[in-house]
Amino acid sequence: MFKKKECIAMLLAGGQGSRLYALTDKTAKPAVPFGGKYRIIDFPMSNCINSGIDTVGVLTQYQPLVLNEYIGKGEPWDLDRSSGGVMVLPPYQGKGGAEWYKGTANAICQNLRFIERYDPDYVIILSGDHIYKMDYSKMLSEHKKNNADCTIAVLSVPMDQASRFGILNTDADLRITEFEEKPAHPKSNKASMGIYIFSTKVLKEYLLADEADPTSSNDFGKNIIPKMLSDGKRMFAYQFEGYWKDVGTIQSLWEANMDLLGKNPLFDLYDRSWRIYFRHNADPPQRTGEKATVINSMITEGCDTNGYVENSVLSSGVTVEEGATVKDSVIMSGVKICKGAWVEYAVIDHDTVIGENAVVGSPFADTEKPLVIGAELNIKPNFKIDGGLMVDGQKLDELEKEGK
Amino acid sequence: MTVTGIIFSNIHDSNVFELTRVRSLGSVPFGGKYRLVDFALSNMVNSNISDIKIITHYNYHSLMDHIGTGKDWDLARRSGGVHFLPPFITAYANNINTLYNTRLEALKSVNYSISSFQSDYVVLSDCDVICNVDLNDMINDHIENGADITIAVKKFNVSRERAKHLVLAKSDESGRLIDVSAYPTDFEGEADVDLNIVVISRKYLQEIVMDAMAHGYTSFSRDVLQKNLKFRNYRVYRYDGFFAGISSFGDYFSTNMSLLEDKEFYKQIFENSERPVLTKVRNSPPTYYGEHSFVRNSLIADGCVIEGSVENSILFRGVKVGRDSVIMNSILFQDTYTGENVTLQYVVTDKNVVVRDGVSLSGHCTMPIYVDKGRMI
Repeated sequence: MFKKKECIAMLLAGGQGSRLYALTDKTAKPAVPFGGKYRIIDFPMSNCINSGIDTVGVLTQYQPLVLNEYIGKGEPWDLDRSSGGVMVLPPYQGKGGAEWYKGTANAICQNLRFIERYDPDYVIILSGDHIYKMDYSKMLSEHKKNNADCTIAVLSVPMDQASRFGILNTDADLRITEFEEKPAHPKSNKASMGIYIFSTKVLKEYLLADEADPTSSNDFGKNIIPKMLSDGKRMFAYQFEGYWKDVGTIQSLWEANMDLLGKNPLFDLYDRSWRIYFRHNADPPQRTGEKATVINSMITEGCDTNGYVENSVLSSGVTVEEGATVKDSVIMSGVKICKGAWVEYAVIDHDTVIGENAVVGSPFADTEKPLVIGAELNIKPNFKIDGGLMVDGQKLDELEKEGK
Repeated sequence: MTVTGIIFSNIHDSNVFELTRVRSLGSVPFGGKYRLVDFALSNMVNSNISDIKIITHYNYHSLMDHIGTGKDWDLARRSGGVHFLPPFITAYANNINTLYNTRLEALKSVNYSISSFQSDYVVLSDCDVICNVDLNDMINDHIENGADITIAVKKFNVSRERAKHLVLAKSDESGRLIDVSAYPTDFEGEADVDLNIVVISRKYLQEIVMDAMAHGYTSFSRDVLQKNLKFRNYRVYRYDGFFAGISSFGDYFSTNMSLLEDKEFYKQIFENSERPVLTKVRNSPPTYYGEHSFVRNSLIADGCVIEGSVENSILFRGVKVGRDSVIMNSILFQDTYTGENVTLQYVVTDKNVVVRDGVSLSGHCTMPIYVDKGRMI
């Protein structure tokens, strides 16, 4: 039943994503929709299966319903296996009492028994908040070649932004010499991507030691990595080339969606050699009507477009009626944009209705952040909502009162 | 009550010989992302029929590829699910062509399976049944009226040319079948057309097949329906929703195009959230519309990249339309690639066709050009 695996993945998917505000009211961050038909978690999951990793533990905690439904038996990613496959690992009540996952390291530590079942030589720790395509098998072979205890994937970021990241300083062989979390004066531009490969034996040793330390905050970045470094363990950086984006904020989520557009997009979903898998809806093909004009946009099956759409990403089942305009926006599934409505620089969550001639959002140049409108709301005809706001049900009530 | 579904995947292959050279009728692409068999399969699955047999003839590799394990129709089951029933030919019968031509012969050739059915009822369906029907309603009608056989019919105004491909049913007010005329050569006007969806009790089906084997019967409409309708309770089930069969290539083209022209047709088939049409999942990204794209009145599947202009057309998954190309009144199958400055008008391109830069092709609405699979122009 439990065959030995060389490497298994542990995917941290418990994040609340509080900086995504209304989008994560009822959903964990990894289940937030992205790029028309995907959810954020599809990227690490697809990377796993494309890299030959067929055993993935998904650690959930915050608002798990949608995420659990979405993962299901794992069949969209070919992870419905009799040996291995995907397994959702929520916090549980043990003999010593019930505990939430206190930190990233604690979450893995509470699931050591899951890891031990497959007796893996290596464990790769992933998180469910990043959009990227990466071949983990290349990173694993570097890890093995270096005879490393831990390998951390790094990305070269512009030097002036380096102070926003966890920065790794290395020697010429990429062996890590120092780790600095958000340094004021960064010495290198190698930012940690939050992707770690550990040799299982070392990982277990450090997790158990960390658990025994009551002062620890049980976090990989804050506790485990610095401790291993100070103990002189063999830790290497793995240089990643390519697109990677943390979509933890509304701004970055919007940007990442926009990065899919253009003749030569920054992030290419059309590459058939590295497909991103997702759970499929039974939607008919999209209809583009007599009055439609669509420019530089991505539109998904089940949409019915009959208005003007520019620089936008439309998820499945979106309706854009005649005379409506959608610009620089990310529209989630089932949203209806009625006749004459104007939507600009906005992220609109699923099944919301934008009434006739309503104007929501303001031009890209005018506000710093996109307007966010939560799920299943009803924006009345002719209503106006300014750009940059965060509109959930409560906020909408307030706006409506002000309006009167 | 348990029901087994049987789908005939090859019966009308010769109607669209262009498209069935490399595939069975069941796997002929339709409506942007579907294969014809999807409609028959989805009707059954959405009516809670989860034990489905697909009778094949020849050229069924593409159909097998499409169906796979049946997972995408929720038919990968331990009990029931979807099964292929290829014709049963022994190694010693090579000198006689035992492949069937008709529905009844097809049933005879898979008697090995039919004789072991355990279900109460059997629904037989052709694969060119483009409709979205609740079969439970028909099965209940069959049971309530104590029928031996119930055939679905729909009133059409048929032309003389078209009638030659159809079976026409006459029934009395109570719905009892009183006459059947198969492929009449001199009929035109309004008639109840047999939709080739049949409900029958399992025991009676087994009896019919055994009887047909013993007597060498070959035609379901002549040797079963016509012959016995005075002695048996054969009934019609009047279906009044949208329905299209495929009797010729022109028919195939215009039925596809009616998805664009007839909003009601599209709505009835595709916008029923209780009964979605299911098909094979392909993991395509959304479709990208470029800076200079111009798309009007078209049905477009996912995974396309459109840089040029597309009007009154149907694009299947993964189609590429290059800069300054114009696609009008055309149907482009999966992964068709058109370069720059291409003009296509009334053209149907099969899978993986490549149309190079500057090429112009033009058919006519009564005679669309067909470009076969994988051709490079």
